[in-house]
Order: sequence, then C-alpha cells, then structure tokens
Amino acid sequence: MALLTIDGVWKRYQDHAVLRGVDLAVAPHEVVCLIGASGSGKSTLLRCINLLETVDDGAIYLDDQEITDVRADPDEIRKRIGIVFQAYNLFPHMTVLDNITLAPRKVHGVTPAQAEAQARELLARFGLADKAATYPDRLSGGQQQRVAIIRALATNPRLLLLDEVTSALDPTLVNEVLGVIRELKQSGMTMILATHEMSFARDIADTICFLDQGTLVEHGPPAQIFDTPQNPRTREFLYG
Amino acid sequence: MSVDWIKSDRQLAREALLRARGRRSVTAATTSTVIVVVVAVALIIASPGWPRVRETFFSWDALVTSFPDVLRGFLLNVFIFMIAEPIILVLGLGVALVRGLRAPVFFPLRAAATLYTDIFRGIPVILLIYLVGFGVPALQLQGAPSDPVTLGIIALVLSYTSYVAEVFRSGIESVHPSQRAAARSLGLSHGQTMRYVVVPQAVRRVVPPLLNDFASLQKDTALVALLGPLEALRQAQIHVAKTFNYTPYLAAALLFIALTVPMARFTDHLAARAARQRGDG
Repeated sequence: MALLTIDGVWKRYQDHAVLRGVDLAVAPHEVVCLIGASGSGKSTLLRCINLLETVDDGAIYLDDQEITDVRADPDEIRKRIGIVFQAYNLFPHMTVLDNITLAPRKVHGVTPAQAEAQARELLARFGLADKAATYPDRLSGGQQQRVAIIRALATNPRLLLLDEVTSALDPTLVNEVLGVIRELKQSGMTMILATHEMSFARDIADTICFLDQGTLVEHGPPAQIFDTPQNPRTREFLYG
Repeated sequence: MSVDWIKSDRQLAREALLRARGRRSVTAATTSTVIVVVVAVALIIASPGWPRVRETFFSWDALVTSFPDVLRGFLLNVFIFMIAEPIILVLGLGVALVRGLRAPVFFPLRAAATLYTDIFRGIPVILLIYLVGFGVPALQLQGAPSDPVTLGIIALVLSYTSYVAEVFRSGIESVHPSQRAAARSLGLSHGQTMRYVVVPQAVRRVVPPLLNDFASLQKDTALVALLGPLEALRQAQIHVAKTFNYTPYLAAALLFIALTVPMARFTDHLAARAARQRGDG
C-alpha cells in the first residue's frame, strides 16, 4: 500500500501550467528524488503535497485519505508531513531549542520537558548538542539547515519533504546536510527530495523522477534513469 | 600552529599616524564648537531685544513661582499618558490582527476595523477632544462618563489606536511570507502562527515608529486642557494670565521634553539589546 499517492495533479499560475497531470506513488520507507531543471515543477509539487499550494486538478492521498479534499483540515494534515525549505526558514527570534520544540509543544500537546528532551536527543544525534541555546543567525548555513531538518523531524512526521535543501549552501557545507539525510534513510524515514545533487540522488534514492515542464517524463530506479534513460528529454537533461 | 604576533615596524608606524590623525580630529571638533557657541551667545546677548526676551521667557522668578503648580499639573499629563498608552497598545494590536483575519465569518469585523482606522486617522485630535469631551456629556446617556480626564483619555485612545493599529499592521506585513509558510507547515494554526512567529517579529520591528507615536501622544495629553482639567499647560496658562510673563510655558515645555528624551534612550537600549540577543551585534 502506498503511503502517498499523487493522481493527475495540475497546478497553474495565471496562464502558465507548472504541473501538468503528475502521477506518482510513494511506498513507506521509500526515498524519491525529483530531478529536473529549475522551473520544472519540483518545488511546486512538494508545496502541493504540504498544502502550501492548492491543486487546480487531480488529487493527493496520504494513508488513503484524500488530503486535497476541500473539506479536509489542512492543519491536521500538515501535522503528519514535514517540509524543509531551501532557505531554512528558521524563526530568527527563537533559540534553536525553541525552534525545534514549538510545534511539538503547541500543536502536538507534548509537555515542555518531554519536547526539550526529544529536541536535545535529536541535536546530539546530528552533532549540534552545544547549539541548543544559540540563535539561528549565529549558525553556519549547514548548521541552520540541519536545525531545520531536526525541527521538521521533531513532530515525528509520516513523510518528510526536502526542497533543494543544499542549494543555498557553500560546497564545503553540503556534505554535513547530505549526511543527515543519509542517516534518515537508514532509520526508515519516507522522503521526497527535490535536488540538483545528481550523484547524491543516485546514491540515496530508491526511485528517481525526472520532471520536465510540469510533466513526470520518466521514473525508475537510479541505475535505470542515470545509465539507460529511455526518454530523449531525460537523456538531454543528464548528458547535455 | 599559533605564532606570537610581534607588531612590525610598519604596523607601529601606521598606528602612530592613525593616533595623530585622531588627535587632530578631536582638536578640530573642539575648536569649531567653541567658536560657534561663543559667536552665537555673543550675537544673542548683543542683539537689542535680548533684555526683553530674557525678562519674558527666561525669568528666574517667574519660573520659581510657577514651577510647583506646573509640575503638579504635569503629573496629570503623565497620568493620562500612563493610562492611555497600554490601552492603545492592546487595542491597536487587536485592530491590526482583526484586519489580518481571512476567514469569511470575520468579514464584518474586518470591515469594521478598516472603517475605524479610516475614520479616526482622518479626524484632527483637537476636534475629537471637543467631540468626545463636550459631545458625550451633552447626550446625557446613563452610565456615560462625564469626568473630563476620562473623556480626554477616551478621545486620545480613539485617535491614537488607529495610528498604532496601522503601525502594527505594517510590521505584521513586513514579516516574510516564508516564515508563515514554515510555521503553517509545522501544523501551527493561523492564530498560533501569528502569536508565536509573526507578531513577536513584527513587534520588534515596529518599536521605533511606535515610540514616535508615543512621543506625539505625550504632547497631545496637553490637548485635554481644552476640557478644563488643571494639567501642565492649563497651570502654565493661569500663571501667564496673571503676570504676562511667558516663562511658565517654557517650564511646561521643559517638562514635556524631560519625559520624551529618556523614553527615546530607553527604546535605543531595547533595540540594542534585541540586536545583541539575535547575535548581530
């Protein structure tokens, strides 16, 4: 049974269609990488899954519940989906610890002590134990992005969406963030990543999806997509 | 790895030059200030009208006689301000938040808030003081306040809340939409997003313009004099009417200045502390 099913999703801004009937199924514990040029619809697809954008047609199901149903409560659905943004979007007026514990305390009703214990455990696991009391702008980009990932994890989401999480980072900082994602895969987290890191995508993904102009052109295991792409548009994107 | 740094001759010479330049700057600033002050004072004292100006505006005797009364009156200004300011802050933020509600049920509330700011920002404060101060008692409504100080406070609150609401609203709108997206994606409701993420950031940003409005409010407490209470301006007026010496007005002015300046420094201090906490100091 698929954890997430995307069925013929369309999204348009004025006259420009960003997604043109995308279909995709994600199984539990599966890691899916969305690749494609800028503007191909990767980020929009992730934002639609998290209901930050409303779809113009089609449907998305999480655990067999239609989350694009207009009668569904978006706040309730977002509790089950975590998203990490390219620009981190940490809350600058809160310490790292408060950033992480805000949603568990206020949305999930976890006691402050429990939320703090869990946050400290996650910080320690990802090498940030000494940063709990720090404000975000005192951290490097890589550290901020790791905090953003921990913040998304702290609510124990069913599904984690990562939107080009290394694109704003200095090349030397990319690896520390990729390391975190690798560890999440080992722990069995279901993830959908939009990424430009091809070798990383090949390494970590169970399924690669190539998007071009709002269409899911080709998808399959990394070896198939990278070594024997069937579609000429995939070949042109990968080999130039 | 670490090597002890012994300053090179080149660096020592550079620092000596910088010190010399610093000394020259201080000397230049001091000299020019002294010259300007001496010339200005000499011009003023030498001018033919000076003795009359000194007698009418800077009379020590008039100051000493009127000061206790003016100061007593000024305490009423401070009282009006202290009551009005917190009410304005709470109501202003409330109006700004109501204007940000998106759900259709809240349409009437939102429309009322917009109408309120449009109307009360457009009415001169002095007109509002007359309208509330003399108009409301004339209605002879049961339970309506008739005390001039209360009516003055109501008029000031009505006027300033509309300004402060707009300041808060601009602050709320200046918080980047990605902060809202991040909060909503964590499952926070609209209300929680405003309370924990947007408003705290907005408030920090609007402290300087808010202070500006409050400096203005401190001064406008003097307009309540129109309704009769013996506040600083009214007390000064009484003394001026008795002696035709205008020094009591100056005394009142000095008291108003004495109130706004510390508040400005306090806000600077708050802004600096916030900057240090965020770590961009």
